[in-house]
Amino acid sequence: MEFSEHIKTANVEDVVLKLPFQPPMRGTLCVTGHHLLFSDRAEEREWQLLLLLRNIDAVEKSVENLLGYPQHPKAGQSQRTTGSSGTIIIKCKDLRILQLDIPGMEECLNIASSIEALSSLESITEMYPFFHRPRELSLNDPWGLSSPEQDYVQTERLWDRWRLSKVNSDFSVCPSYPGAMIVPRTVDDDALVKAARFRQGGRFPVLCYCHHRNSMVIMRCSQPMTGANRKRCREDELLLQAVIDESELGYVIDTRSAQQAQQARMTGGGFESKSFYRPWRRIHRHMERGKVLQESLIKLVEACGDPSHNMDRWLSKLENSKWLSHVHSALSTAGLVAECVERDGHSVLVHGSDGTDTTLLVTSLAQVILDPASRTFRGFLQLLEREWVQAGHPFQQRCARSAHSHARLRQECPSFVLLLDCMWQIWRQFPLALEFSEALLLRLAQEAYASDYGTFLCNNEQERCTLGVKENTHCLFQFLLRCSEREKYINPLYEPTELAIWPSVQPQSLQLWTGLFLRWTEHAETMAEAREEIWTIIKEHRERTGAEETTHTPPTHRDTFTAVENLMDELTIL
Amino acid sequence: FVHVRLLIVEQVKLLDRFSNKSTTGTLHLTATHLIFVESNATSAQELWVRQLLCTKLSLTTSGCPLLIQCRNFRVVHFVVPRERDCHDVYSSLLRLLRPVSYDELYAFSYNPKQNEQQRDEGWQLIDLGAEFERMGVPCDQWQLTDVNRDYKVCETYPRDLYVPITASKPIIVGSSKFRSKGRFPVLTYFYQERKAAVCRCSQPLSGFSARCLEDEHMLQAISKANHNNRYVYVMDTRPKLNALANRAAGKGYENEDNYSNIRFQFVGIENIHVMRSSLQKLLEVVGTRSLSVMDYLVGLENSGWLRHIKAIVDAAIFLTKAVTVEGASVLVHCSDGWDRTAQVCSLGALLMDPYYRTIKGFMVLIEKDWISFGHKFADRCDQLDGDPKEVSPIFTQFLECVWQLTEQFPQAFQFSEWFLIQIHEHIHSCQFGNFLGNSQRQREELQLKERTYSLWDHLLSEQQLYLNPVYSPSFAETHPVLEPSTQPWNFKFWRNMYHQFDRSMHPRQSILKNTVMLKENSKELESTVRELQAVSTFSFTLFKPPSSKLQKFGVSTSPLELHSQQKERTLPPRPQSLILGAPLSRKEAQQEDEEEEVYGEEAQEDTPVGSGEERTVEGSSATENGYGEIKGSFGSKSEPAIVSLEFGVARMTC
Repeated sequence: MEFSEHIKTANVEDVVLKLPFQPPMRGTLCVTGHHLLFSDRAEEREWQLLLLLRNIDAVEKSVENLLGYPQHPKAGQSQRTTGSSGTIIIKCKDLRILQLDIPGMEECLNIASSIEALSSLESITEMYPFFHRPRELSLNDPWGLSSPEQDYVQTERLWDRWRLSKVNSDFSVCPSYPGAMIVPRTVDDDALVKAARFRQGGRFPVLCYCHHRNSMVIMRCSQPMTGANRKRCREDELLLQAVIDESELGYVIDTRSAQQAQQARMTGGGFESKSFYRPWRRIHRHMERGKVLQESLIKLVEACGDPSHNMDRWLSKLENSKWLSHVHSALSTAGLVAECVERDGHSVLVHGSDGTDTTLLVTSLAQVILDPASRTFRGFLQLLEREWVQAGHPFQQRCARSAHSHARLRQECPSFVLLLDCMWQIWRQFPLALEFSEALLLRLAQEAYASDYGTFLCNNEQERCTLGVKENTHCLFQFLLRCSEREKYINPLYEPTELAIWPSVQPQSLQLWTGLFLRWTEHAETMAEAREEIWTIIKEHRERTGAEETTHTPPTHRDTFTAVENLMDELTIL
Repeated sequence: FVHVRLLIVEQVKLLDRFSNKSTTGTLHLTATHLIFVESNATSAQELWVRQLLCTKLSLTTSGCPLLIQCRNFRVVHFVVPRERDCHDVYSSLLRLLRPVSYDELYAFSYNPKQNEQQRDEGWQLIDLGAEFERMGVPCDQWQLTDVNRDYKVCETYPRDLYVPITASKPIIVGSSKFRSKGRFPVLTYFYQERKAAVCRCSQPLSGFSARCLEDEHMLQAISKANHNNRYVYVMDTRPKLNALANRAAGKGYENEDNYSNIRFQFVGIENIHVMRSSLQKLLEVVGTRSLSVMDYLVGLENSGWLRHIKAIVDAAIFLTKAVTVEGASVLVHCSDGWDRTAQVCSLGALLMDPYYRTIKGFMVLIEKDWISFGHKFADRCDQLDGDPKEVSPIFTQFLECVWQLTEQFPQAFQFSEWFLIQIHEHIHSCQFGNFLGNSQRQREELQLKERTYSLWDHLLSEQQLYLNPVYSPSFAETHPVLEPSTQPWNFKFWRNMYHQFDRSMHPRQSILKNTVMLKENSKELESTVRELQAVSTFSFTLFKPPSSKLQKFGVSTSPLELHSQQKERTLPPRPQSLILGAPLSRKEAQQEDEEEEVYGEEAQEDTPVGSGEERTVEGSSATENGYGEIKGSFGSKSEPAIVSLEFGVARMTC
């Protein structure tokens, strides 16, 4: 592939870059196959901006001819071009907006068209992760944190009733599932194949979480293809029957409204009817998806980008975007799932229509609520790997464009951003319960749209295998877990708790995630300083605790106490 | 003076506002408090009668409901089994709620066991004369005037007033006659660096064309007192329309043509009536059960509350810029100069002067701009049975503005929001004398300093509870003047104020509480280490010491215990507050309970109310969040009784 075809002007001098909260900078702009590079050569400071072209969502250009022809009829060609200039406004997928003032109309147009072409290349193997070769990482490093096989081997409580099935090892049963899955022990592979035919996209019910306290499970799948004629599938029914004991009940949480589920039958989809799935109770919780969610994000970002709003206008724009309502419904549906499992002690099956968006959102949030392991740094990344990357959330389609793009929407949908927002809300309410900080969520929000790493490339494991993603790119999760990176994303206040953390879903408890949506609009310097201060307090505390522990050397500590005690007695006497 | 018989009603149910849970207990009514004691519990909830507004609802099958709204935004819903009892409580409360004279207020019977000397010292903590000296007044341009020594010129002003040197007595008196309620322009804050003054007054009685030479001279004198900038900004904090309407009543605003060197500016803060109804709308919205996000945001917008808050902050920023950037003196007024003017002047001073961002400084600020200059606390907070149209949350708004600033500048304030909420509590509690009455003159007549105690003394004595753990004095050096952002998204709903008592609303773990604890713990550990090091050289062996005493030092007697000790983090007693999370001891008790409990929710499903225990983190639980009703046999289970114990109010004094 030739990136150079797209690059008509590679270098421009004397470009002025304007970033929020910074004085304009003058320097050299350079377009490469994957990056936009700006370097400020002012002597007192070496400043560089390296922007992944993939991160660019929209480019707006305007050119003006300052001198114009009429006033300078005799001016030469060169003079005319120096007199003209252009401005490019770059809107990034991480919501940053930057402005470049480029001398020379032609250069400006060239740069703009290069950016447009290079930022929307569709071929995955041409993307930067396939070229990113940092010195400290090797392609032989392990890719990914875990696999269904490892998960199964490590979770002893599953062995009794669950087994690992490799029926999908060639991705023929379900193209969007990974090669191995955990299914009820009593159901054989043939039955799985048949059940898969009955589910949209072949996504038959599989285990995603087994609760550590009561071994109740959360499973997920896609909608059953009952259609208008109320088709049945014996194997699918048996599969679900095998999940729970005869005497028990289970819940099917359908992330569509009852009406939507009914309508889905017209297009071949449907829901589990009461008569065929006896022990299962169905609860419908409507959650928005697809275009509606994307439009919500676009509206919210637009509202956050306009500082001229007065109070009322801002609130009505915020309301109008409905983003917080989506946060609310995601959290409360996840809460419901967790409630079924923990409080009522029943297993739950979650699905919507495709089982690749709202389903994953709900199952992963429910796990964070229930499972202390998924609240650790590593555990959370494992959760994302398992429930999003391996479970086949189509990142490539969903994150192709973000909120600024004028391109026509296709498959874009900010499901993953919504998950991160919900995580942020949980962190706000339980600031001690998560081992990672807001910074990790922000980093992930950025990486999902444009990354140096291969983790979020492709739509499912099959595509990743075909393109050799794991062999030819580095893994983001592995990278984040390296000590040097890890430190940036740790929550200093973390105190593990074994209990479930039930987030409040009252509207008064939900807040706009300013860290993400106003990241580039608001100056958060004072907040960062305060966070530093908290860090310092904690460090001091740790040092002192450490110091105290060292004084507690076992052979003498008892003596020391006695001595202290005596001193105290003396003091009280005095 | 107790003219109400002490009522005791048993078997009263207390319902939670946002969930379906309830607790049963006994209701006690005293002259000053309504106390709810849960059955099988040691703790009680107290409501201050002074703070209540109650409504009796219609009879239901389970009993007679009594809905009580407190002025600290607590809403309590009792169900009394017998209608007669309910009526007794209701009518007694109604009588108690309408005291006719100040003498009936709690402050006059409250006795914190202090002697007279201590009481006097408490009242002397705040000295406004010293405060003006701190600002650099009197100086060559500003002097203390004795014109109001006997409250003859203006009875709502304090005795000691500061005016420009060139403002002679006749000018002052003349000017005061031209100002509403005699509130002529006086100094309230002096920005020493630029020698610029912030002055306050009430609206001029200008009508459509009236002039007053003395008043014009007065402004001239203010202008002359500032050598840096001859222009005086005159901020009329009202919307222009209101000011115009006032002209018809013979009042109005300064005509720029008649006053030399003034720059006149309307700011547009709404009046007390608008504010009152705005808060009412806000509370209605946020008090709705199962409120949707949409309705919440629409309601927040329609209430206009945050718009009003922003307007006040905007005005304070305008004032601050004029003074600190242009070095100009500013005269602030509204209609009477005791509501909006107090808000803007005090908030402006807070932005300009780091001293006011300390605990002591904040008290001084309130004493100066609110108490001494005659904000009508008695009327605005409805201390006596007065005109309901005079009631308005003006001071609450000021506290909220300060809170909005603390959110933007977490390191700039010595106090945490808990301090603001405590002050708010006491403007209504009438436990201390500070906020009683409408003016200094009235307070002197009531002999408050001899008969009541000072809140400031009380708050200072427990100031470690109100410290902001991330406060940085060096921040004040780098940011002497705060420049807050006025983007609308920076103005947030103050959940901890308006939902202080609604536990399902709060973050389940608090960074504030945790950092405070870490800090205190650090200090403790440090001293322990020092002591241990000091004594570890001795090596005498004696009996095994009783561990209790050592534990006070945060030291445990065995290495094994050490870990658990650190987790416990003994703290000095602090007010139980939901904002700071559930009280520590209770949390632990609860966790212990849970650990004993064997898993078996299924078995408990049909057990009666209150027996189902839940695993929670600091009181977060699935039921009260109401994620959704699960159909079928798993009906909603009632909350365990133990959780609602955490309702506790701040004090247990009675």
